Amino acid sequence: MNLWQKLASALLAGVLCAAATASWLAPRGYAGQDREAISEPPSRAHWLGTDELGRDRFARVLYGTRISLLLAPAAALLSTLMAAVIGGLAGYLGGTWARMAMAVTDLFLSLPWLFLLITARALMPLNVSPLFSVVVTFLLLGLLGWTTAARVLCASAASLRSADFVRQARAVGVSGQRLFWIHVLPNLKPVLFAQFWISIPVFILSEANLGILGLGVAEPMPSWGSLLKELEGLVSVGEEPWKFVPLALLVLVVMSFQSLLARQEEMTA
Amino acid sequence: MKKACAQAIAVASICIAFLATLAMAQTGGELRFCLRMEPKTFDPLKVEDEASVQVRYLTGGTLVRINRQTQELEPELALAWKVSKDGRQISFRLRSGISFSDGTPFSATDVAYTMQQLMDPALHSPTGDAFRSGTGSVETKIVSPTQISITFPAPVAGLDRLFDQVAILSQHSPKRELAVLGPFMLADYKPGASVLLKKNPNYWKTDEEGRKLPYLDSIRLDIQPNRDVEMLRFKRGELDLINSLDSEYFDKLAATSPQVAHDAGPSLDSEQLWFNEVARAPIPDSKKAWFRSTNFRLAISDAINREDLSRIVFHRHAQPAAGPFSPANKFWFNSKLTPPAYDSNAALKMLQGEGFRLENGTLKDKSGNAVVFSIITNAGSKIRERMAVLIQDDLQKIGIHVNVVTLDFPSLIERMTQSFDYEAIILGLTNVDLDPNGEMNVWLSSSENHQWNPQQKTPETAWEAEVDRLMRVQASSVDPKKRKEAFDRVQEIVVEQEPFIFLINKNSLSAVSTRVHGAVPVILSPQTFWNAERLTVAGQ
Repeated sequence: MNLWQKLASALLAGVLCAAATASWLAPRGYAGQDREAISEPPSRAHWLGTDELGRDRFARVLYGTRISLLLAPAAALLSTLMAAVIGGLAGYLGGTWARMAMAVTDLFLSLPWLFLLITARALMPLNVSPLFSVVVTFLLLGLLGWTTAARVLCASAASLRSADFVRQARAVGVSGQRLFWIHVLPNLKPVLFAQFWISIPVFILSEANLGILGLGVAEPMPSWGSLLKELEGLVSVGEEPWKFVPLALLVLVVMSFQSLLARQEEMTA
Repeated sequence: MKKACAQAIAVASICIAFLATLAMAQTGGELRFCLRMEPKTFDPLKVEDEASVQVRYLTGGTLVRINRQTQELEPELALAWKVSKDGRQISFRLRSGISFSDGTPFSATDVAYTMQQLMDPALHSPTGDAFRSGTGSVETKIVSPTQISITFPAPVAGLDRLFDQVAILSQHSPKRELAVLGPFMLADYKPGASVLLKKNPNYWKTDEEGRKLPYLDSIRLDIQPNRDVEMLRFKRGELDLINSLDSEYFDKLAATSPQVAHDAGPSLDSEQLWFNEVARAPIPDSKKAWFRSTNFRLAISDAINREDLSRIVFHRHAQPAAGPFSPANKFWFNSKLTPPAYDSNAALKMLQGEGFRLENGTLKDKSGNAVVFSIITNAGSKIRERMAVLIQDDLQKIGIHVNVVTLDFPSLIERMTQSFDYEAIILGLTNVDLDPNGEMNVWLSSSENHQWNPQQKTPETAWEAEVDRLMRVQASSVDPKKRKEAFDRVQEIVVEQEPFIFLINKNSLSAVSTRVHGAVPVILSPQTFWNAERLTVAGQ
């Protein structure tokens, strides 16, 4: 492991530990409103200051990290798995199957997601707990986010179909199913991992935007996405740098994951 | 000699250039600002939402106009008018020689046609609701092309002022509602993007020096629900005014550019929370029972800290609301009313008196149902989202769990007016008129805008029946004292029953670029462009 990868591991470990011990590090919790300390800068009482409702930003970052680090990867995993099965199979089988799968993928890509999500919101009951809203949000993202990855995986699987090792396996009588699951799919791992890591920040930001439809994490529960929404206003880096901590955290965590992914690829190679 | 001539020519040239510059600064240019939402309609009789109201204000020609600065009624298309002693009839003497924007001549027949459309029950015109004072039809009598009298089945109080909202339609123009009499006319509409209004070449009005109005060539209204983007664009010089500014941005602007930030004082607008009291609403019966209980609503009202809403959300550019009318409405506001004091203990006692009990930090009703409900508001409104979260925290202190849900505005309106699939809403009322007649479509139980339980065939509660009666009494009287007594009692009943839990009255905050000349921000809507025909924009 080089220095950067060690730093990445340490950062991730630190972030995960902090998120896991959020209730100890920030006993006031993410919802407590200190109404006499509105939009305060960092202080001893509030390490990252307070938001516009007097809530401790440090607590909200910690609890938001829990939500985003748990559920964004879960949504990314779901979408990647769906992409692997649909795109991977399509590419492996080729011919009519590939055309049908890609047609379905194209259909999904062309659907007006905004209206579908509005419909989804209309069908959902209004009284759902914040936790339920979080789960539903990321589930929807996972179910809708597989299409782009599917196309990439289809192309990759198609190229593997005529690879030497696949021909060899076929020649010795390996069945189609076993060939796909044991030989082809594992060789798609680099692409799968890449799609997985790319999806995580995309889902975190998408969750924030879904708030405008009434989806997304419900108040007062925080998430990285809802914390990033603070930056929508007229915020100056110079004047209020503490507001950029969630953004910095997001960038560092994603970079750390990708650094470790590179390490894993080295080890595999 | 030659030197003297040259000097004279130079001075004359400078004078001419100066006068030309003055003349140029007084005319032309495009005013740019934003509409917060898509206008729902360009038919002036169907207008209800704020964006459509603003477009109607700029394009519609009215018989009379309330001067938003002096609050006095002034002649427009009507040279003179007279209201009969019994308040049932109004006669207008109209200006002659006026045409609609497409050249179609304007006459009394257009006024008669407009009234006929306005009062057509099939049209459900919200503007028409204000004129409905009793059963029977409205009769128009065209005395001459420039004289018309309109007779109502019953007296209508403040009759003349109501015509400020009635944009006259052409009976004969093939362009229908697109043929207008106002200073501007619709030139282009890109849904989701912008509305372009161009100067009406046939606008009848001139200024004191005989120059044709409006001075502006056009007004571009960009559809921009995001207030952050609107603010950024204003700061970059892409917009010339922000008609209604949030307190957060007002403070930021005032700190850096105090000359563009204007606080005109308490406005007529209010923000309120209300519960769904519609009997056929698809919500559990237990919740319907809570929401229809007066004491439940009063308790909720007591449990909300309005001072904090004013201080935290509005940065003290607002006051806790005492009732349906703002104290800025000096004549009509019932001065006996005071904002409810925040008292969560009293709220809890009141709920306990209704059979609610606190169990392990959760409030439960007589049947053991935990008191949980959702408050919806429009997404993108940070003000309302923050109010909802503060109220969520306030009610949590008495064991009530509130789910805050933000929805896109069309979905919210659909739930509020069509499916009634909601539990509580936070929204605001934008008051255009000082006269309570302007809110007939809110207080009459049969009205569409009687938001907590609209379009009742007959009043479902005794107090709503009383409010209906009092509103009709004040609407049918021409005696200001009698009207005031009746409406004071309406305000008292509304405060006693809290169908709307009035939260705050916000100040009228606006921003006007220094490029704009002639703007005088006021509290009556539209605050910054009420005199759009006389505005100019320099540097274009």
